[in-house]
Amino acid sequence: MDALPHIEVRDLSMAYGDFVVQRGLDFTVNKGDIFVVMGGNGCGKTTLMRALVGLQRPAAGSVRYGGEDFWNSGEAVQQRLKRRLGILFQGGALWSSLTLAENVALPIAEYTGLPQARVDEIVAFKLALVGLAGFEDFYPAELSGGMKKRAGLARAMALDPDILVIDEPSSGLDPLTARRLDELIVELRDSLGTTIVVITHELASILGIGNNSIYLDTESRTMIATGHPQDALKNGHPKVRHFLTRGGEAPPPRPNLPAQTP
Amino acid sequence: MSVAPAWQLDLRPGDADNSGTLFIVLGGRWCIDQKLPSAGTLLARLPTSARRLGFNATTLSDWDSGLLTFVAVIGKSCAEQGITLDVGGLPAGAQRLLAMAAAVPEQKLAARDGGAQGTFARVGAATLEFFRGAPQMLAFLGEVVLSLLRLVSGRARFRARDLWLEIEQVGPRALPIVSVISFLVGLILAYLGADQLKLVGAQIFIADLVAIGMVREVGALMTGIIIAGRTGAAFAAQLGTMQVNEEIDAYQVLGISAIDFLVLPRMLALMLMVPLLTLYSGFIGMLAGLLVSVTIFDIGVFEYYTETLRALEFKQFAVGLSKGTVYGAMIAFAGCLRGMQCGRSAEAVGHAATSAVVTAILLITIAASIMTIVYYQLGI
Ligand SMILES: Nc1ncnc2c1ncn2[C@@H]1O[C@H](COP(=O)(O)OP(=O)(O)OP(=O)(O)O)[C@@H](O)[C@H]1O
Ligand SMILES: [Mg+2]
Repeated sequence: MDALPHIEVRDLSMAYGDFVVQRGLDFTVNKGDIFVVMGGNGCGKTTLMRALVGLQRPAAGSVRYGGEDFWNSGEAVQQRLKRRLGILFQGGALWSSLTLAENVALPIAEYTGLPQARVDEIVAFKLALVGLAGFEDFYPAELSGGMKKRAGLARAMALDPDILVIDEPSSGLDPLTARRLDELIVELRDSLGTTIVVITHELASILGIGNNSIYLDTESRTMIATGHPQDALKNGHPKVRHFLTRGGEAPPPRPNLPAQTP
Repeated sequence: MSVAPAWQLDLRPGDADNSGTLFIVLGGRWCIDQKLPSAGTLLARLPTSARRLGFNATTLSDWDSGLLTFVAVIGKSCAEQGITLDVGGLPAGAQRLLAMAAAVPEQKLAARDGGAQGTFARVGAATLEFFRGAPQMLAFLGEVVLSLLRLVSGRARFRARDLWLEIEQVGPRALPIVSVISFLVGLILAYLGADQLKLVGAQIFIADLVAIGMVREVGALMTGIIIAGRTGAAFAAQLGTMQVNEEIDAYQVLGISAIDFLVLPRMLALMLMVPLLTLYSGFIGMLAGLLVSVTIFDIGVFEYYTETLRALEFKQFAVGLSKGTVYGAMIAFAGCLRGMQCGRSAEAVGHAATSAVVTAILLITIAASIMTIVYYQLGI
């Protein structure tokens, strides 16, 4: 794999009003990486994703795609850069008034001039990839939570994007489906060369498929680790080791515990 | 089985071993289904000299969250006043749960300063909100106009099915309510008019009054207000829910214009259907006028009919239809604007729906005034 920097994030800070969610994020995602964003609930992973994909202007810093600064570019460049992205939202974000097939077909119809028959074939294939063959005519409201997630992934993959950004693919999936999804992610990287940014809590995924990562800390509101998850597990920051072992390693000292009798 | 005794609470200084400690003696049953003492009253009873608090729970028979919340409140206040709290005397399970609740420190940053606001503060906030909203409204207007231009030049994309769906929702399904309201309004117009016209013996002019009134002004206004409440609110709720589900974001990251896809069909549907409903409303209103005239004021059916035909010039229809179209656009604009601005919660969706109706009626009123003045000046 050639180590072209694909996404470069420099000194990124994100805030909601006065509330700074994360500051000083600095990392690079290379082409063909499976880049894992880790961190506790509410640390700002989804917010980071929104800044990466152009939904929420960061308070400071830059996001570059292949050298082009996203947030300082005009509308046309932003559109072109966004075209290279496929995104799976945490809640699936399927269009509720469209069937599954229509959900996956819409981006394809929008950006390729393919005839309907070809589009239908692609849709059927993408849905089969995520294990939803036969659900073409279901509406999102008729699916379970995990099925929505998978359908959302099928839509994100619809245009064979260069970069796939996935927010918690495996939350709400049963262990076998979650594992199939991991295999699919690796396969997309290996066969199509897709770069994948995945936000996940699933330890098996983090350690199993990730080859690069950052850890966003809730207390200090910045990143405290970056690099291969296995390295982070072996000799990373104690908090990260604590996270990656489900608290198995000795925790960092906790303040504010009530006094107890010895 | 004996009835569990009610709670007991006492304050007792420690014995010789730990004389510095004040013990809170808990006894009996401390469960949430009882009326438990508040931690505040206990704290008020504490002597100011107290530096160390402990618990004695040897006679405690039963406990649940009632006890835990009581202790948690005391713990918080002790931490603030620098009093050491020793929970060692509590049951082991309670100690563990309290430790768990304290394990993740409170997010200081995340805590909101919200709380109750005074009237002035709220008026001020609402005013600021209004002025902050104005540029957003203009920006949205700009986007909608651009989208309409794209439509005219054939570059806007939306699904015809959406348009038909909206047309069906707005049109046929609104007929019953429009019928009822228009009939009543026609009835009222005829009555009021007839009462006055009787004085000069010109009751036949009821027909003119009702026909011109309904077709030119009232039909469009009534339809506008009904559709604002019925469809404008629905638009805001639909788009608001899509906002909550991140569906709008999903359009945006794909570079598909949510305005083209979601706003345009709704806008077109209303601009087509509100004028048609206006016509219908005028027709029903005239029927009501006829009914009143024939049954109460002894005017012949044929007489009423010819008088109506004489009164109705083409320009009355033109005015009514143009107003209907504008009101339809206003309703769709208000509904879609509030839906797109919606926050990410169920409460925000409700707020968007309410706000859509208010905005729509406000816009309709402004448009009605302007158009009436303009038509008057033009002599239409
Ligand atoms: N629209 C908003 N307005 C204000 N604060 C927000 C908003 N959205 C999120 N936050 C806050 O930003 C912080 C980060 O939220 P975010 O959704 O990015 O967390 P996350 O890391 O994705 O969490 P999870 O693992 O639970 O998905 C949270 O503390 C949250 O309270
Ligand atoms: Mg999240």
